[in-house]
Amino acid sequence: ERVPAAVLEHLERLALVAFGDAEGVRRLREAVRFAERLRHVDTDGVEPMDSVLEDRCLYLREDDVTEGNCTKELLKNAREKIEEYFVAPPGNIPLPKLEERETFEQQS
Amino acid sequence: EGPLQVSAALREGRVGAVELCQRCLARVRGTGFLNAYISVAEAAALRQAEEAEKRYRRGQPLGILDGIPVAVKDNFNTAGIETTCASNMLKGYISPYNATVVQKLLDQGAVLLGKTNLDEFAMGSGSTDGVFGPVRNPWSYSRQYKEKNPPKSHSENEDSEWVIAGGSSGGSAAAVSSFTCFAALGSDTGGSTRNPAAHCGVVGLKPTYGLISRHGLIPLVNSMDVPGILTRCVDDAAVVLGLLAGHDPKDSTTIQDTFKPFELPDSIDIRKLCIGIPKEYQVPGLSSEIQALWSKVADLFKDAGAKVIEVSLPHTPYSIVCYHVLCTAEVASNMARFDGLEYGHRADMKQSTESMYAATRREGFNDVVRGRILAGNYFLLKENYENYFVKAQKVRRLIANDFVKVFGSAVDILLTPTTLSDAAPYVEFIKEDNRTRSAQDDILTQAANMAGLPAISVPAALSKRGLPLGLQFIGRSFQEKQLLSVAKWFEKQVKFPAIQLEDMKRHDCSVLQHQKSVSSL
Repeated sequence: ERVPAAVLEHLERLALVAFGDAEGVRRLREAVRFAERLRHVDTDGVEPMDSVLEDRCLYLREDDVTEGNCTKELLKNAREKIEEYFVAPPGNIPLPKLEERETFEQQS
Repeated sequence: EGPLQVSAALREGRVGAVELCQRCLARVRGTGFLNAYISVAEAAALRQAEEAEKRYRRGQPLGILDGIPVAVKDNFNTAGIETTCASNMLKGYISPYNATVVQKLLDQGAVLLGKTNLDEFAMGSGSTDGVFGPVRNPWSYSRQYKEKNPPKSHSENEDSEWVIAGGSSGGSAAAVSSFTCFAALGSDTGGSTRNPAAHCGVVGLKPTYGLISRHGLIPLVNSMDVPGILTRCVDDAAVVLGLLAGHDPKDSTTIQDTFKPFELPDSIDIRKLCIGIPKEYQVPGLSSEIQALWSKVADLFKDAGAKVIEVSLPHTPYSIVCYHVLCTAEVASNMARFDGLEYGHRADMKQSTESMYAATRREGFNDVVRGRILAGNYFLLKENYENYFVKAQKVRRLIANDFVKVFGSAVDILLTPTTLSDAAPYVEFIKEDNRTRSAQDDILTQAANMAGLPAISVPAALSKRGLPLGLQFIGRSFQEKQLLSVAKWFEKQVKFPAIQLEDMKRHDCSVLQHQKSVSSL
């Protein structure tokens, strides 16, 4: 079953990861085909399980500040920064369409 | 020798912590061709050893692990030491903090030798898919293996027969197996500690989910990841477990119950035990050798007076598919943090935030990681969420319930194989792609992660090819004491042979520096 090109494009935008080539698309198809086997399991009346610790309560801690003030350490690992800010390129600009998209449609 | 014996030697002054550290560091250098280590923190380790030696001289060691060299898988944050996850995305990343388990080891005086190699971001079952190259199983260089695999001709490259260490904690397993350290941390999401333990002939413990803190362990699947413990014997695993287990306020998925460290009894009454043999673990790919070993060990328990019965975990055939969906979904979420902005690799793209993120992620992640992110996002799409992600969560409950039923029916411990066969030669292993391999290799180990149960792989015998075969015990939640007691009893019965490593120096050729690409072999 083909995964529609529109979905592939949508996935790339959501994941911010490119398929790279036809191999990447094939890999996704395989992954989806593999997952289809789940259909054979009867899960009527079964609740989804989020955590194996679901029988225990999540707990709250006291709302006290116990650590922090580590701006310098945290900024050390960033490549681009100004004063205490991380610097990003301009936002609100959608990802450009890749020319490779046409080849994906043909090959997948 | 393990921490317990070495600790005694340190206390009695038979060896100094600094000398011990130097010997281990020399061994790390001498086994460089195994590629088990990504970073070696020589100066820091020697400093830690000096501090430990001072404490021993004052007669005030911090505990059993004081002065004991250990290694940590490179997906645990270590302050001041590079943490790469064997990925370009984190090359050069120096963490500002220690993972809780690392801090606990250091607080006990353990000497951190370095960070061990793995599959990129712990995705894989061979430790072959990291950017620093594959890990070689030390047993490839053992007399036991060489006797059974003589080189076919003088001209044939002796190194082409080496076997994989298993994964994804292959570096940690190889480090322990080759005597460079006395214990190592791994991680286990689908079997990543138990699989390499079985292949490298060491003990690999996956604790119950919620027992040991994951704070600082770079997450793969938050609902299944646990730190794993690799040692040369079961007693050592119990010692390390005792120091690491317990509630951590920084990890809200650790349980609040007080953990009481325990010593394992030297003998247990096997007649009181009921061992379950899950019939669904008799999977098609299981080698006849492992089948026979599994049977033989079941008989061993029976002859010692234990009740050994066949049990059923009917949803086992679906556990790999279920894992595939849940794992990729959680990975898609967890890998979203790598965007180049705050840490890690950043692409030289300035057009827009999104294009910078996309370029960073294309440059930083290998195919395996990117493939899982895309698949995970697919399963999480609105139109797919119910049919894939939620469906998998329901199947997860069925798998977990299978175990509840079996353990509720008076079965104490399950006995299963850990892997399908002994370690494959690298040239064979890389013929299949990562996902296919992981799906095959994880089959016996990952249901325990689904259900959050503790499990341990113990070396059981050597294969026809002279390589280690491990067997797995799975226990009840938070019943590590019982699990390890049974494992220890078994270990004593088996008397697994020590690896006979030949002279290392011949193999330490300069050709085998850290490889930057997996394909160069």
